[in-house]
Amino acid sequence: MSRIGVFVCHCGLNIAKTVRVSELAELAATLPDVVVAKDYKFMCSTPGQEMIVNDIKQHKLDRIIVTACSPLMHEQTFRKVLAASGLNQYLLTIVNIREQVSWVTHDIEEGTTKAKALLNGAVYRARLLAPLTSRVIDVNPNVMVVGGGIAGIQAALELANTGKKVYLVEKNSTIGGHMAQFDKTFPTLDCSACILTPKMDAVLQHKNITMMTSCEVSEVKGFVGNFDITVRQKARYVDHSKCNACLACTEKCPGKGISEWDEGLVKRKAIYIPFPQAVPQKPIIDKESCTFFKKGKCRLCEKACEQKAIDFEQQDTFVQVKVGAVILATGFDLMDTKPLVQYGYGKYPGVYNALEVERLFNSAGPTGGKVTLRDGSEPKSIALLHCIGSRDKNNHEHCSRVCCMYSLKFAHLFKEKTSADVYQFYIDMRAAGKGYEEFYNRIIEEDVKFIRGKGARVTQSADEPGRLVVEAEDTITGKFIKLPVDMVVLSPAIVPRADSKDVARLFNLSTDKQGFFMERHPKLAPLSTMSEGIFIAGVCQSPKDIPDTVAQAYGAAAEALTIVVKDKMELEATTAMVNPASCCGCQNCVRVCPYGAPGFNETKRVSEINEALCKGCGLCASVCPTSAIIARHFTNDQVLAEMEGLMEF
Amino acid sequence: MSFEPKILGIACNWCTYTGADLAGTTRLQYPQNLRVVRVMCSSRINPSFIFRAFQLGADGVLIGGCHPGDCHYNTGNLYARRRLAVTKKILEFSGLEPGRFRVEWISASEGNKFSEVVTEFTAQIKSLGPQTKFKISQ
Ligand SMILES: Cc1cc2nc3c(=O)[nH]c(=O)nc-3n(C[C@H](O)[C@H](O)[C@H](O)COP(=O)(O)OP(=O)(O)OC[C@H]3O[C@@H](n4cnc5c(N)ncnc54)[C@H](O)[C@@H]3O)c2cc1C
Ligand code: SF4
Ligand code: SF4
Ligand code: SF4
Repeated sequence: MSRIGVFVCHCGLNIAKTVRVSELAELAATLPDVVVAKDYKFMCSTPGQEMIVNDIKQHKLDRIIVTACSPLMHEQTFRKVLAASGLNQYLLTIVNIREQVSWVTHDIEEGTTKAKALLNGAVYRARLLAPLTSRVIDVNPNVMVVGGGIAGIQAALELANTGKKVYLVEKNSTIGGHMAQFDKTFPTLDCSACILTPKMDAVLQHKNITMMTSCEVSEVKGFVGNFDITVRQKARYVDHSKCNACLACTEKCPGKGISEWDEGLVKRKAIYIPFPQAVPQKPIIDKESCTFFKKGKCRLCEKACEQKAIDFEQQDTFVQVKVGAVILATGFDLMDTKPLVQYGYGKYPGVYNALEVERLFNSAGPTGGKVTLRDGSEPKSIALLHCIGSRDKNNHEHCSRVCCMYSLKFAHLFKEKTSADVYQFYIDMRAAGKGYEEFYNRIIEEDVKFIRGKGARVTQSADEPGRLVVEAEDTITGKFIKLPVDMVVLSPAIVPRADSKDVARLFNLSTDKQGFFMERHPKLAPLSTMSEGIFIAGVCQSPKDIPDTVAQAYGAAAEALTIVVKDKMELEATTAMVNPASCCGCQNCVRVCPYGAPGFNETKRVSEINEALCKGCGLCASVCPTSAIIARHFTNDQVLAEMEGLMEF
Repeated sequence: MSFEPKILGIACNWCTYTGADLAGTTRLQYPQNLRVVRVMCSSRINPSFIFRAFQLGADGVLIGGCHPGDCHYNTGNLYARRRLAVTKKILEFSGLEPGRFRVEWISASEGNKFSEVVTEFTAQIKSLGPQTKFKISQ
């Protein structure tokens, strides 16, 4: 006989509107082993929690059922209530009558019946629950940050400043991310390099940060508090421990590759640093464009290098890193606009994408900051087309959030650097952010022309060779317009990194509809994920500007710190165990477990499960022919009892 | 009174259960005939659970897991996929109408898919009428 207490929450009207909560409590009182049944406005509030604590004491309750919101919301809250009352926290059951009942129906009859069924199932299950003991493990105090854009940089610095050791893994040969490509940043127009390079340097100098450039994560093992991560250090063909960053090699190199950093607008050497302020300042060799790797002859860099740092034999190596928590800050890509043939990107030389234009403005860019077309001439009229591939059901439904603002920034810079006429083709002007509307007003004053209508097509001018024509419907006048210009700038949708699915799989994350990393809760847990100990920050979560990215980076650092600040932590106790008396030794469990937790004991001729490795999926329990495996908290009896309860209503 | 079927759902914690929560958070509406049991992974689902559900009088059974390849436990749902396919065959071999048992891969971000599947499946079970093949009358 157990002594069950049932606590039904109204959640204000969130639940009470479509579920008759008092009827639920009345029903509960009639169910087997239920000693107390109550309903209350807000169960998770302090008085609500105190009510449970008091009832546990007064009625000597040994099972608690909270009938409220999803267990993914408040299971932890109520487990703590049980623990505070001296009750084992696994004796709690949550019945989800909000997310999965009251919010998905308008019909109070339907809602109440379903809620009764769920509650009935929970009572049946609760009677069979057993107390479980959590495993306590040591926590590794280090943190890994993946991605060295502004998000990763900020998070790494924050954590390092608290004294924690940080591994910053960046796949490029320099940190900095997209922000390092910009000239100015909206809305203040402060110089991007001026605010970013000091931070990049701080990373380099920080004694607690191990910067791992040209690196990618290749395997993740372990779990929160004890991740064991394999990082692939890609061959640089330059031994950075010897290189003194004189860059004599780069001067002599005859190789020519396409400068990724300059968005392909110019060539770079085969041995290179991406841009003058790159961190680290040490070069790498790009095998694809290196004359020696291609033709077997050259080695001019090797001759130029007094440090003897060039090493054509270098291979990829694998480094093992142990950390307690991970922050992913892998940022974004721009959508490839070539498939949108109506805009002529890649076909007409006068059509640019936004990042190419950032490089044109940048004084360290391919044109030294002068705005010139590919033929070297200065454009006299420029059209900026918003929402290319964004807010478009055929491509990406989401708004990329920063394109309106950077298009305004571009308009200002074009006005400053050229005498061109500048036109904005927009659907809606989105300027929600501190100082953004003010910035918009300022640009309006700068004689920029605004046409409310999405650019529909870009064609070549029939009368003036080399000129382009932008077609659009001006939705204010209702007129269809054809505007001849010299230069067209597309604002392509901000999309997840091409490898984001692989990264998500490595770290066991979900992705949202667009493919951005999914947060644990869209409002209340935007930086944590369904994988315990893995956090996300910046645009890898969703498109956003630099201020929001930086704010998230601080937040993710604080979240990671809550884990690594402790020496020890408790792990879920819901693991599997083998009852040796019924094990037949078939070793099915050994073969199927994704984590290698079960092992065969040759002496006893039975399988045993290593609890430290078990993650509690329950797979082994369902392949065990003799039902020797008990999946704690989800035993056959518990699941079957719950089902029986559910089917009675 | 029209026939209101009882449908048993078994959903994995990480994908389908979370997707069902998302349907709620975004206030998508669907019929209330489904009652969901939460398990950590679809691979936990023992075929006996499904047979038992039909014995208990379920008119339909809906299983939800992560998309193959996206399992929170790496390979769990690949096992589930095979095992559930066999289970379906056995159920049908034993005389159950094919439409009463369904397996769907619904991710944590697919609240709309969850509500669509439930709506459609409920309508299908309604048109099939009460399940009597396996039901053990009390
Ligand atoms: C054209 C344009 C102009 C903009 N102008 C402004 C502006 O003026 N003001 C403003 O506030 N915002 C602006 N933004 C937005 C701004 O770019 C972002 O807010 C910011 O760059 C986000 O930083 P992040 O660190 O999240 O991502 P990123 O800058 O993309 O950095 C991610 C880093 O992670 C690395 N990485 C990726 N995948 C991996 C992997 N698997 N392993 C290891 N490393 C990896 C990348 O190499 C990169 O270094 C602009 C955006 C665009 C497209
Ligand atoms: S060996 Fe390759 S990297 Fe070195 S100088 Fe020649 S082309 Fe350049
Ligand atoms: S599957 Fe069951 S019977 Fe077979 S070895 Fe594992 S515990 Fe023993
Ligand atoms: S419950 Fe899952 S993780 Fe644990 S031993 Fe069984 S199969 Fe492995």
